[in-house]
Amino acid sequence: MKYLDEYRDAEGVRTIAAAIARITTKPWMLMEVCGGQTHAIIKFGIDALLPEGVTLLHGPGCPVCVTPVGIIDQALEIAGRPGVIFCSFGDMLRVPGTRRDLFAVKAEGADVRMVYSPLDALQLARKHPDKEVVFFAVGFETTAPANAMSVYQAAQEGIRNFSLLVSHVLVPPAMEALLSSPDNRVQGFLAAGHVCAIAGCEPYIPLARNYKVPIVVTGFEPIDVLRGIHLCIRQLEEGRAECENAYPRAVRHEGNPAAMDMVAEVFTVIDRKWRGMGEISRSGLGLAPRYADYDAVRKFNPASDDVPESPVCISGLVLQGLKKPHECPAFGNRCTPEKPLGATMVSNEGACAAYYRYRKS
Amino acid sequence: MMLACPIPISDYPVVTLAHGGGGHMMRRLIRDVFVAALGNDTLQSNTDSALLDIPSGRIAFTTDSFVVKPLFFPGGNIGTLAVNGTVNDLAMAGARPRYLSCGLILEEGLPMDTLWRIMLSMKQAADAAGVSIVTGDTKVVDKGKGDGVFINTSGIGELDPALRIGPDAIRPGDVILTNGDIARHGMAILAAREELALEAPIDSDCAPLNHAVAALLQAGIDIHALRDATRGGVASALVEMAQDARREFLIEESAIPVREDVRGACELLGIDPLYVANEGRMVCLVPEEQADAALAILRTCFPDTSPARIGTVQSRDSGRLVLRSLIGAKRMLDLLSGEQLPRIC
Repeated sequence: MKYLDEYRDAEGVRTIAAAIARITTKPWMLMEVCGGQTHAIIKFGIDALLPEGVTLLHGPGCPVCVTPVGIIDQALEIAGRPGVIFCSFGDMLRVPGTRRDLFAVKAEGADVRMVYSPLDALQLARKHPDKEVVFFAVGFETTAPANAMSVYQAAQEGIRNFSLLVSHVLVPPAMEALLSSPDNRVQGFLAAGHVCAIAGCEPYIPLARNYKVPIVVTGFEPIDVLRGIHLCIRQLEEGRAECENAYPRAVRHEGNPAAMDMVAEVFTVIDRKWRGMGEISRSGLGLAPRYADYDAVRKFNPASDDVPESPVCISGLVLQGLKKPHECPAFGNRCTPEKPLGATMVSNEGACAAYYRYRKS
Repeated sequence: MMLACPIPISDYPVVTLAHGGGGHMMRRLIRDVFVAALGNDTLQSNTDSALLDIPSGRIAFTTDSFVVKPLFFPGGNIGTLAVNGTVNDLAMAGARPRYLSCGLILEEGLPMDTLWRIMLSMKQAADAAGVSIVTGDTKVVDKGKGDGVFINTSGIGELDPALRIGPDAIRPGDVILTNGDIARHGMAILAAREELALEAPIDSDCAPLNHAVAALLQAGIDIHALRDATRGGVASALVEMAQDARREFLIEESAIPVREDVRGACELLGIDPLYVANEGRMVCLVPEEQADAALAILRTCFPDTSPARIGTVQSRDSGRLVLRSLIGAKRMLDLLSGEQLPRIC
């Protein structure tokens, strides 16, 4: 398949892996930011090709993992209201709130639908003017433009029975939160290629400079990931700390200005709580005041989203690479992929879920 | 065979509750639709039970229920699934499928013509597999209480009393074969259900496997294990076999056939084809020395689907399924917690 096979070519992979081995003289701890990259690393076994001592930490860039329990509880409450069609991306349906997930609410009779785009949800609102259609707007900079577009179109057309339950988060503030922690162990970042395709490389330049950490914009296929690792380790070995783009076929330095304009039109930057990491200043998006009518929280006024996380769960420490999953007292007993207590057990790509599956067998 | 529904549309354009009521309308439905479509001597005898002669002393017996949305999809419909699914379950035990039952739960309001088309498909699939549908039952539920049609089929197959196919027969060195490209059925259903705008529709792989199993046995292939890779796909079938056999299975990602359009749809949705359902694909474990001969037979039986040798049974007793990825690294494959869901990123 064009644009895929050439980036999965075994020979090409070996060449870059050998190049990484040649330049690596010390152990390095790198973090891939995006859940999509974690997925590729696990799926293809990329970490097994790296020199001993090079460790990949799985970062917080998985929207499924970092959406706070409280917002999922709000989603469950809104979805259960009569007259509501609740729409979500597929993989949010199984993420548990305090007691249950969207699948369970659906089983109790709620109208919960999996959609592939917020514009599909808007289409449902047009088709069912007697229903309230709510879209669960989760994700990073990548999903924000289409979500913004759905609200923009709804406003243009005067559609009133459509709203978003927004849990949008932004990557650079989370990276900064990790870097500014006194316990930080991350020495280099593979930045999320798709996020940068939208938001550009600019936000990472001050981060790289201020925290003296290489940040390499990286793609998602095996050769892309290895190229990112290669450039990141080269910077570390040479004592440089810059923002570099290893994914130029998708990412322009300035990103996608039209998409960012749409985001700026509809959303505004706010403080957000991250599952496993707590509240991070100016790390998320909320609807701008002029689009407040499209805010599902305002429309339905669900109970507060302030739900405490499990006191035993150490997923925040796991996310920062400070603890291994099996060092958690709940690991494998009170906390399993079917009944996760924390972020890193929620998603298949989470570090705890990966450890659990390995240990179990 | 009649192609138009024999119950005049003007009389009964849709299934009504009365069609399940045990009276004249039900008798007419049985006579004019079920017997007319599926007709064979046993079914026509109109007795409470089908009376069957089975020459061998051992039978295989299985049952399966079918719910699918949409009822019709590229490459098949719920009727073809209901026949092939049960036929294949029998074939995976090494049995020769002979007789099927057909239990129908119909939703009030189902167009009679839809029912007729499903029955014709069942007849065609039964003929292709060499089985007879010899008994059946119909219930009608209120509108809104069903999804058009639910079908249950049970099946009886004749079994060679000496045949031993199963996890106990699996040996280190056994070769893992598949009879063709994987993941088509699940993606065909997903694409049809979600109305994905693909360049060309993906057609289901729904097909009977019993003739291929018979051909392998007839050629003297010492089949050690068979599993049809339905829900959970090839990966789940092999995970279970590896666990049951307490052996490590190693499969090669580069050797597993996936059609280009199916791969594209999987990539687009972030779905792993190894875990996608098939309805006409099996994994077959045979001794190394017979692997080439077995593969040649599969290629004769399935000339259009690229049967392939995808892995081997290792001597380690870990009970794990290990995949060597396209780039040469190994990872363990496990059962999924639930259904695969399209990913956000």
